[in-house]
Amino acid sequence: MIAELGQYILILALLVALVQCVLPMVGSLTKQHAWQYLARPTAWLQCALIVTAFGCLLTGFLTDDFSIAYVAEHSNHLLPKPYKVAAVWGGHEGSLMLWVLMLSIWTSLVAYFSKSLPIGVISRVLSVMGFISVGFILFILFTSNPFLRELPVPPEGRDLNPLLQDPGLVIHPPMLYMGYVGMSVCFAFAIAALITGRLDSAWSRWSRPWTVIAWSFLTLGIGLGSWWAYYELGWGGWWFWDPVENASLMPWLVSTALIHSLMVTEKRGGFKAWTVLLAIAAFSLSLLGTFLVRSGVLTSVHAFASDPTRGIFVLCFLAIVVGASLTLFAWRAPTVTLGGTMGLLSRETFLLLNSVLLSVATAAVLLGTLYPLVIDALNLGKLSVGPPYFNVVFAPLMIPVLFLLIPGTVAKWRSANLQDMVMHLRWTALVSVVLGALLPLFIGEWSFGVFLGWTLGLWVGLGTLQHMFERILKPGRIGGSFWGMHCAHLGLAIVVMGVTGVKSFEVERDVKMAIGDEVTIKPYVFRLNEINEVKGPNYTASQAQIEVFNSGESTEILRPEKRHYLSSAMPMTEAAISSNLWRDLYVSLGDPLPGSDQQWSMRIYYKPFVPWLWVGVLVMVLGGLLAALDRRYRRGSSQTPLQTAGQALTTVSQAQDLGHSQNNQLVGENQNHRPTGGNSDILHGTHS
Amino acid sequence: MTPRQKRFWFITCGIVVLCIAAAFVLNAFQSNLVFFFSPSQVFKGEAPKNRLFRIGGMVKEGSLKKGSDEIEFVVTDFSSEVSVHYTGLLPDLFKEGKGVVAQGRINEQGQFTATEVLAKHDENYMPPEAKSAMDKAAIERAAKTVKQNP
Repeated sequence: MIAELGQYILILALLVALVQCVLPMVGSLTKQHAWQYLARPTAWLQCALIVTAFGCLLTGFLTDDFSIAYVAEHSNHLLPKPYKVAAVWGGHEGSLMLWVLMLSIWTSLVAYFSKSLPIGVISRVLSVMGFISVGFILFILFTSNPFLRELPVPPEGRDLNPLLQDPGLVIHPPMLYMGYVGMSVCFAFAIAALITGRLDSAWSRWSRPWTVIAWSFLTLGIGLGSWWAYYELGWGGWWFWDPVENASLMPWLVSTALIHSLMVTEKRGGFKAWTVLLAIAAFSLSLLGTFLVRSGVLTSVHAFASDPTRGIFVLCFLAIVVGASLTLFAWRAPTVTLGGTMGLLSRETFLLLNSVLLSVATAAVLLGTLYPLVIDALNLGKLSVGPPYFNVVFAPLMIPVLFLLIPGTVAKWRSANLQDMVMHLRWTALVSVVLGALLPLFIGEWSFGVFLGWTLGLWVGLGTLQHMFERILKPGRIGGSFWGMHCAHLGLAIVVMGVTGVKSFEVERDVKMAIGDEVTIKPYVFRLNEINEVKGPNYTASQAQIEVFNSGESTEILRPEKRHYLSSAMPMTEAAISSNLWRDLYVSLGDPLPGSDQQWSMRIYYKPFVPWLWVGVLVMVLGGLLAALDRRYRRGSSQTPLQTAGQALTTVSQAQDLGHSQNNQLVGENQNHRPTGGNSDILHGTHS
Repeated sequence: MTPRQKRFWFITCGIVVLCIAAAFVLNAFQSNLVFFFSPSQVFKGEAPKNRLFRIGGMVKEGSLKKGSDEIEFVVTDFSSEVSVHYTGLLPDLFKEGKGVVAQGRINEQGQFTATEVLAKHDENYMPPEAKSAMDKAAIERAAKTVKQNP
């Protein structure tokens, strides 16, 4: 019953989504208020229906209903309960359900938190999101229905792929999808603004917090994916330039550019067309990511049994979305007004360079990811693009991004003075270069790569700290977006230093060990004490016991495993990792080797600075959340009920901004904006 | 400078930077393409001699030899075979009679030394490259039998 119920509810949700897509849009174009006011209730109703449908599928998993084909394929009686929940999105059909669930949650959040937005805007935004929802629910119903029954009912399920039985997987896909799908919000805002042709700073202010939150989730999702690959695949790598990773990196790069470009649009009214284009690109790349990952064209853990109709459906949907939005853009872009003038050396210039460099990096990654697929599709042979390509291209593009970051945060809007900036930053620059040159000597071998990486990391970190410190000494309340921006930049600095550290100082040894053998890496001695058989809930494993000595003292015991899952006869390497702030010790167990003395192959890695990657990512996410929670987004948007007055006000506040920043060289963006918040409060007061 | 000149320099600089980046990217791209060859193609000598490439097919039953340092196995598409040498840990799902993709170089004696043996993620999943190699060889064999028995 539960499966049929789920399916009916999903069909109902499709119909509601259709209403949500069509009526509010028509209403907003023909000025029929009643139809526009349908947007919110339909969004909530759709969300409730999708949550119920998702709940039906979840119940199928929790009650081991193997008569549902999808459940039988991805679950098993013995599977621990948390993994039964995670198994819902362990396969193609369920992960699409998760996609739609996320979309409906985002939609209803937009509906809820947009009380102060004009009804015309919100009805168009929710209508665009409804359109996306229609597309994906159709996709589920026609090509990948998770509610299909299987007869005769198999007595036992096939179990979840052992690689996916891991706490990392329980949270990685939902976070990543929150990010992917979140890009649909800024996309919907951009399309709604294009439809009316009114691309003003109010539009960019509304989409900023949503974009920043989506970006935070995307960052967290990518970080979790990398963390999972690091400890679960047993290879000790954390980034492989795998097409699937690239698929998530591209929207991340573009949305990073988008966040920065939105800032210029909001503060200075500039880069409007460019910002809209980035918003379209960010969502299109999210869709492309979904297509790449779900169509089975790639070899990876994410590619499930491939069915060409699925790929074609997503590709057509992608074509419609990209084609329609670019057409709309081409039609409306000429009417977009230009922002205020900008000097050759100004904050705008730095943000423009940031946008250009990140876009070029995205294009380079896109080329490397799609080229093999295109060549294959045209039957010109099979090839792949090696990771060296990405390393060689990506790193040099990130060097100017990192270098320009600090002058970018220090420079004034409109026009900055080069001499002032040099004077202001010279000590930070000097300290970064000196520390960058000296620190590697204390840790290991000096190389130009580590010098460059650490100097840039220190430059970003110290420059950010300097700026924060100077701001704290000044009077006045500091807004969330100030903390958020600098926090995210600090996170980036930590990641950069971490990446440089791992790449430069890691030691990897593939060895053979018999009981009692020792391996020495740096100050650590690893001794294999014994190998036992252990039993888990749905697997048996060989477990090695490796004692670690640090300068002669026994510090800990690592227990890497080689697991054999009962239901799938699939072996799995479970690495053992010991972490502290400075390094990871990473041991994974291979196969027993033939021969008289029982020897085992073993990977023993010394990975310095790996924890910095995870810490850095978390700090970046924290920064994103802080920025999104800035009070001015909640209060500032209340100026919109009186459109004209609101616009006049924005102009006034911009003029104030200018005066303000000219008096004060080094103001944070929040400080610029306080007058607006105050004024809009007054406005709000009079209005209500 | 007039605003017009400023804009000119601004755009010129942008274009120059983009061109440098593009040249850089395409150069790196060209030198990092890893082509794929099936065992039959390698047998016919179509594979490059000192360039990294990928080979895919089935691991021949009974061909896996684990020496003290080196692992040796034979990749076949059931028409031709290539012997592969590899040092290191094999991926979890490496098995005789299953699909495999290896990346490496071939020497003058036709021996393939792999730097990487690619992992599969699912026991029932066949790497698309390995599958395509098998299919191609099967088609060629079928074509041959048709020719032999007209």
